[in-house]
Amino acid sequence: MEPILELKNIRYSYHTPDGETKALSDISFALTPGEFTAVVGPSGCGKSTLLSLICGLMEPEAGEILLNGRPLTDNSPNIGYMLQHDHLFEWRSVYKNVILGLEIGGRLNSHTKAKADALLEQYGLKQFASSRPSELSGGMRQRAALIRTLLLDPELLLLDEPFSALDYQTRLTVSDDIGQIIRRSGKTALLVTHDLSEAVSLSDRTIVLTKRPASISCIVPVSFSLEKDTPMNRRNAPEFKTYFNKIWKELNHDEQNLP
Amino acid sequence: MNKISREQDLFLRSLKRRHLTVRIARIMILVCFLCLWELCADTGIIDSFIFSSPSRIVLCFWEMVLDRSIFLHIWITLYETIASFLLVTLVSILAAVLLWCSRRLSEIMEPYLVVLNSLPKSALAPLLIVWLGATPTTIIVAGMSVALFGSIMNLYTSFTSVDQEKIKLIYTLHGNRRHVLTKVVLPGSIPSIISNMKVNIGLCLVGVVIGEFLAARSGLGYLIIYSSQVLSCAGIWL
Repeated sequence: MEPILELKNIRYSYHTPDGETKALSDISFALTPGEFTAVVGPSGCGKSTLLSLICGLMEPEAGEILLNGRPLTDNSPNIGYMLQHDHLFEWRSVYKNVILGLEIGGRLNSHTKAKADALLEQYGLKQFASSRPSELSGGMRQRAALIRTLLLDPELLLLDEPFSALDYQTRLTVSDDIGQIIRRSGKTALLVTHDLSEAVSLSDRTIVLTKRPASISCIVPVSFSLEKDTPMNRRNAPEFKTYFNKIWKELNHDEQNLP
Repeated sequence: MNKISREQDLFLRSLKRRHLTVRIARIMILVCFLCLWELCADTGIIDSFIFSSPSRIVLCFWEMVLDRSIFLHIWITLYETIASFLLVTLVSILAAVLLWCSRRLSEIMEPYLVVLNSLPKSALAPLLIVWLGATPTTIIVAGMSVALFGSIMNLYTSFTSVDQEKIKLIYTLHGNRRHVLTKVVLPGSIPSIISNMKVNIGLCLVGVVIGEFLAARSGLGYLIIYSSQVLSCAGIWL
């Protein structure tokens, strides 16, 4: 199958007056449509940088990013990006927050409005449509943020530690919830996280990065033979521990090899 | 209906009692102060010619109400203050947006803004009279000069302190810089714009009164100067 996204030898550094910080060195991988891929790595290794590059917010210093075989044009509308915090605007109602992307893209019409209503209904936020974001729970806020992203109908979803701002209990339920929503919608997703169990429970494939400047340490395919393959069921499956340990070893193996 | 428990009822009552005490105490302080002032003036403890007394002030006010001159003065000062206030608000928002749009411009302008803001504006007023003549325009400009530069700096600071992640969100939704301004920066700065406006209305009044001291034939500032020249301290206090 033709890859939806292809990264070829990506390199990126941050420049400040004090000097240069190498963030990414030589990253290459490809995503096939419908696949859920997770990226894990030690903190500060440039995981978020990777997503910003794919989204077109920054330009790589070297290498090439191909989307559907074509070079990435500036801010291609085929990509949806979910940030660490929901960033719902307090001065807008939940509904107005959800349609923000449509408003910016000038795509607000009766068709997209109906879709917004349908998604709000589907994810149980309909009665909160005219509420302020502060009235929602953490999980509901994250779901509203997901609807905001999904309404733009992205082919590829980028998730930048979207659950890390939630408390542990909410995090488990929300990642289960949102994981299933994304699976059902059949979107390709790239999740960046520092939480190994999150990566194992959600992804089809986990890419392990090395310390900064990050390169790919290894790619671990993750597959469960479960009847109902949900993130929650995965956490209870016996394979879970095996995958977790394998990725854990890869991460630490890298650290021991450092001078 | 909701039934209120006895404890809740007691709590509500004590809350109400506290509010009442605070209000009574506030009024009492004012009344005591005025009574003491009047008493001291009447018994000669303080010189009533210099310090005047509440009864004289009321009397003076009443005279001016009778000949209707007070309304004219209040109206003129009010008009000039509001005009300069609206202009300051408008100009400072526009200038702050302009500075926000160009980082380079704001870097270039920063020292000038600081210097302009720390100028003694009351010293500027005579200059304005020379430039613009003794007209209401001069007074409105004087009112603006007091508030304008501080206001621009405050607004610009609040514009630039908007959460970078929120701005990133707009870019991830494929917006451009104009969207960042209209969807995040301006709506997010409304609280600081309003608090800025609250400060400005007071500053504008100060500037207008200073302007009237120097270059007016009507308005409250003029009234104060006139009263001091005819040695009527009751008029100034008013």
